[in-house]
Amino acid sequence: MHQHILSEQTLSFSEEIAEGVFLLGFRRDFSFRAGQVIGIGIEKDGPRRLYSICSGETEEEVRILYNVIDEGYLTPRLSDLGQGDTIWTTEPRGEFLYDPAPAIYIASGTGIAPFYSMFRSGQFDNKVLIHGERYLERFYFYDEFSDALGDDYLRCCSGEEAEDVYHGRVTDYLRNAATLPEDFKYYLCGRAEMVVDTRDLLIERGIPFNHIISEIYF
Amino acid sequence: MEPLFGKTLEELQQVAGELDLPGYTAKQLADWLYRKKIGSIDEMSNLSKDARAVLNTKYTLGLAPYKNVQTSTDGTKKYLFNTTVGKFVETAYIPDRERHTVCVSTQVGCKMGCLFCMTGKQGFQGNLTAGEILNQLRSIDEWEQVTNIVYMGMGEPLDNLEAVLKSLEILTSDWGFAMSPRRITVSTIGIIPAMKEFLEKSEAHLAVSLHSPFESERKMLMPIQQVYPLEEVLQEIRSWDFGRQRRVSFEYIMFRDLNDTPQHVKELVRLLEGIRCRINLIRFHPIPDTPLDTSTNERINAFREELNTRGIFTSVRASRGEDIYAACGLLSTKELVKNRT
Repeated sequence: MHQHILSEQTLSFSEEIAEGVFLLGFRRDFSFRAGQVIGIGIEKDGPRRLYSICSGETEEEVRILYNVIDEGYLTPRLSDLGQGDTIWTTEPRGEFLYDPAPAIYIASGTGIAPFYSMFRSGQFDNKVLIHGERYLERFYFYDEFSDALGDDYLRCCSGEEAEDVYHGRVTDYLRNAATLPEDFKYYLCGRAEMVVDTRDLLIERGIPFNHIISEIYF
Repeated sequence: MEPLFGKTLEELQQVAGELDLPGYTAKQLADWLYRKKIGSIDEMSNLSKDARAVLNTKYTLGLAPYKNVQTSTDGTKKYLFNTTVGKFVETAYIPDRERHTVCVSTQVGCKMGCLFCMTGKQGFQGNLTAGEILNQLRSIDEWEQVTNIVYMGMGEPLDNLEAVLKSLEILTSDWGFAMSPRRITVSTIGIIPAMKEFLEKSEAHLAVSLHSPFESERKMLMPIQQVYPLEEVLQEIRSWDFGRQRRVSFEYIMFRDLNDTPQHVKELVRLLEGIRCRINLIRFHPIPDTPLDTSTNERINAFREELNTRGIFTSVRASRGEDIYAACGLLSTKELVKNRT
């Protein structure tokens, strides 16, 4: 099975980009499709977790965005690694992929990664991006998204207020939105609770459930 | 203070070693923890007073009584347990003639986000330890009558594999509960690497939540399909020798006009070809605000008949405990989570 084929990768960098949120990178020696995940472990036979790739399909470097889970096994150790250290990765997998049909992408936290990968791969036609975060510093790719997407990029921040930022959760925004296009697809990515709450809300607002595509983090 | 309940024999040997107790103390501890009914370390009467005293300085027994119990008109009971501070799980006890089944939870909430499941609506609050999983068996009123255990309560068991495997070791070992693994079923939505490890390290039965043979439809119902498609799950199962005694079954919740058509029967038969298995059809128990509906009894029975005719042993699982929200897919402690936060 694909997921059991492991590769050793040497980190080209590892950086804390916001409190408790890290971005790591290593040289790309495989092909993948934007939106896919890879398994990452520190030891060859140790525990692995799946992470969405957070870089473009043709970039030289593969990047991974992750939160440190204090009580977890992997991420505290992963965050201690730096340039030159090695990790083990599985082959990419997953079907949470770009579709040219009009869609609204909804992400919370590090759930932005697959959408950023699509963005960096030039796969963002007919898309609106809504990103929910607690703090302003966590809109990691704001400049790039904002420049390219303009009004089709919306930030929802529940913990802080700022100009051009909706103050509240993604679900608050969607609940109060005047209309939600029923013929669009809705792609959700983030923590289970956000995905489930958002999906319920969209269904409540009349979006057919077969227009909602969810990616869960586990 | 650390709980003793939920430790393997090897871990109990470590406890004995650390406390300079005789080597045979570990087996005595296991006997008290998993074979006898006691409420404190002081009741371990074949341990010396000094041994009990030193154990009490570092350890607790680790059993937690249930907080609440509800009884259905059909005899099913739903127990509420407090796990770590602020976290709750539910456990179902289902008596059926000679069979007494306990349906245990493995996580507080769930990360998998299946569209039809009440547990998923509360998000994920944490993993249970092996002790917390086994406590759901040991601390219910009927624990001495229990004949079968199913890991089908709150949470995805294979997303908490380490604790699940540890609990299975304690359940099936001679020094533990000494249950036959053939009386235990672990359910999964199909996390392939964990499923492979489970199949390697345990002899318990496997149940896979299938719910639709069509990829696009299953994706809408179960986000896991994006990462671990059913075809690959079945490929892994096909590669496994289950022997004569071990069973693989597929759970299939029936949704009206969604997954209950003749095309679904046909595709199920094609997909499951070459796998010796059974299918359990489950009546959908509607959850709040769901866009899904329950198949009619006529449709469910026709579906079952058609699958049986085509050579797949299929039965309809009786709905139990629906009036107390203990039935399949209805377990949730969301309100308790909200009240605590």
